[in-house]
Amino acid sequence: MSIPQNQKTESTRHKRWVKSTHFIITLSFLALTVSGYVILMSHPRLYWGKAGNDLTPALFELPISRNYHHGGWEKNIPFKHLTGSQVSAARTYDIFNENGWGRSTHFLAAWFLFAAGLIYFVAGFFSGHFRRNLAPVRREFSMKLLWADFVSHFRKQSYSSSKYGLLQKVTYLWVIFFLFPVIILTGFTMSPAITASYPFLLKIFFGHQSARTIHFFAAVLLVLFLLVHLVMVIRSGFSRNLWAITFGKES
Amino acid sequence: MKEKRLMNRRKAIFTGLTSAGALLLSGCLKKAPPTYGNILRMGDDLTYMVQRGILSQRALAMEYQRSDITSFPVTDIGNPADPTSKKAYNKEYQELQRDNFKDWALIVEGSVAKPGKYSMDALKKLSQRTQITRHTCEEGWSAIAEWTGVPLAAVLKDAGILHSARFVSFYGFDSYAESIDMLDALHPQTILAHTMNGEDLPARNGAPLRLRVETQIGYKNVKYLQRIVVTDKFADPGPDISSGWSWYTGI
Repeated sequence: MSIPQNQKTESTRHKRWVKSTHFIITLSFLALTVSGYVILMSHPRLYWGKAGNDLTPALFELPISRNYHHGGWEKNIPFKHLTGSQVSAARTYDIFNENGWGRSTHFLAAWFLFAAGLIYFVAGFFSGHFRRNLAPVRREFSMKLLWADFVSHFRKQSYSSSKYGLLQKVTYLWVIFFLFPVIILTGFTMSPAITASYPFLLKIFFGHQSARTIHFFAAVLLVLFLLVHLVMVIRSGFSRNLWAITFGKES
Repeated sequence: MKEKRLMNRRKAIFTGLTSAGALLLSGCLKKAPPTYGNILRMGDDLTYMVQRGILSQRALAMEYQRSDITSFPVTDIGNPADPTSKKAYNKEYQELQRDNFKDWALIVEGSVAKPGKYSMDALKKLSQRTQITRHTCEEGWSAIAEWTGVPLAAVLKDAGILHSARFVSFYGFDSYAESIDMLDALHPQTILAHTMNGEDLPARNGAPLRLRVETQIGYKNVKYLQRIVVTDKFADPGPDISSGWSWYTGI
C-alpha cells in the first residue's frame, strides 16, 4: 500500500491522542471479542435474573460449542428441606472450557481498553473534541437533512477529511456514552468482589445473570457497529482513512 | 506575552495517571503472586492489586432471600468416594463416608500456635453463621443457596494464628486445593460450611465440610475439606498459576 505524499498531508484530521487511544481500543476490542466468545462457548446459555445455571430455565441458548445441549448430567437430587423444586445434579460431561486464558485475556484487554478509554474520555471533554466534533448542532436536526444523510450512506462514498455527518455523530455518541459504559459496568456486575463493594450494580442491571445477558447484547451491538464502521471506512477510502487514524498529521 | 505554565493539561493527566499507577504498584508488588513471566498472570496481578487497593475489604457480598434459592449444579473434578474417578478418588474419604463422617476431623496446621484436629462438633461449638449467597462459576453460570458454617476467622483465632501468617491453603479429599490471602480468610462471610439449604452438606456438594469464599469466583471454594495450612509465604497448592489459571478471582 503506497500513499502519495499529497494525500498524506490531506488526511490531517485526528489529534494525536485520538489516534493513539483509537489504536489501543481497537486492539483491546478485538482481544475482548475473541476471548469473550471463548468464555461464552464454555456456557452458551443466557438467563434473566439474579442467578441461572444448567438446572434452571434459560432465556436462550447458542449452538456455539460442544457444550450446547450436552445433556451429561446425573440424576437430579432434590434438597430435602426446601419447599420449592430446587435440585442438585452432578455433571458427567467433559465440557469445552478454555477460560484459564480466556478470562485472563479478557481482563487484561479490558485493562487496556479501560485505560485508553479513560484518557479518551478526559481528553475528549477538556480538549473540546466531543463538543466540537461529535455534538450535533441544532441546524442538523431537520428531517430533510437527516434523510439526505441516510440516503447518502448508500451512494458512492468519497473520502472526506471534513466534519462528521449527523448519523455518524449520533452513532459515535451512542457507542462512546452508552454502549461502552454499559458493557464495562455489566462486566463489573459479574465480579463478586466489585459487587460486594458496589451492590447497586446488581440492582440497576437486575442481577448477576441479567448483567451477563446485557453484557452479551452490548457486545453484539458493538460488533455490529464495528462492521458498519469498517464498511464505511472501506467505502470512503480504506487506505486514506487508515492512514489518517494511524499516522496522519494533526491539523 | 504567553503565560508559561508548570505543565500543560496533557502532561498533568499523564503524570497523574502514571503516579497513581506507580503508587499502586509499589504498595503491593511484594504481596503479588508470581507470574513466571506470563503476561496474562501479570494482568491477573494488576486486577488483584487494584481490587485490593480500591475496593472495601470488609464489604459483604449480596445476601439473598430464601425465595431466591436456585438449583445447584455439581461441576467438580469428580466424586472422591467413587473408585472409578481417576482424578478424585480417595480411599480414606470413601471409608469416612461409609461411617457418615463419624471419624472425620479437619486438620489445621502451619503458622498457628496450636496445630491440631477439629471434629465437626468442636468446629460447630466455635461459632456459626448462616448466609444465602450466590455461587458464581467462572464458566458463566451462578446459583444461590443457603449455607451454614463456621467462620474461618473463628477457626484461625482458636488455633492461635501467628502474626507472620499471610495466606491460607485448603486441601480437599478429591485432591483439589486452593489458597486465599488473609483479607479473604478473615472476611466475615468466609465460612467452612457444613449445612446447605438446611440439610447436612449433601455428598456431591462437598460433604462433610467445604469452603465458601463469597468475594471470589466458584473454583476457590474447595469441597470435601481435609486440611487447612496457614502459611507466611504465598502458596499456590492447586496450583492455579502454573496450570494457566488466575489465582485471584475477585472478578
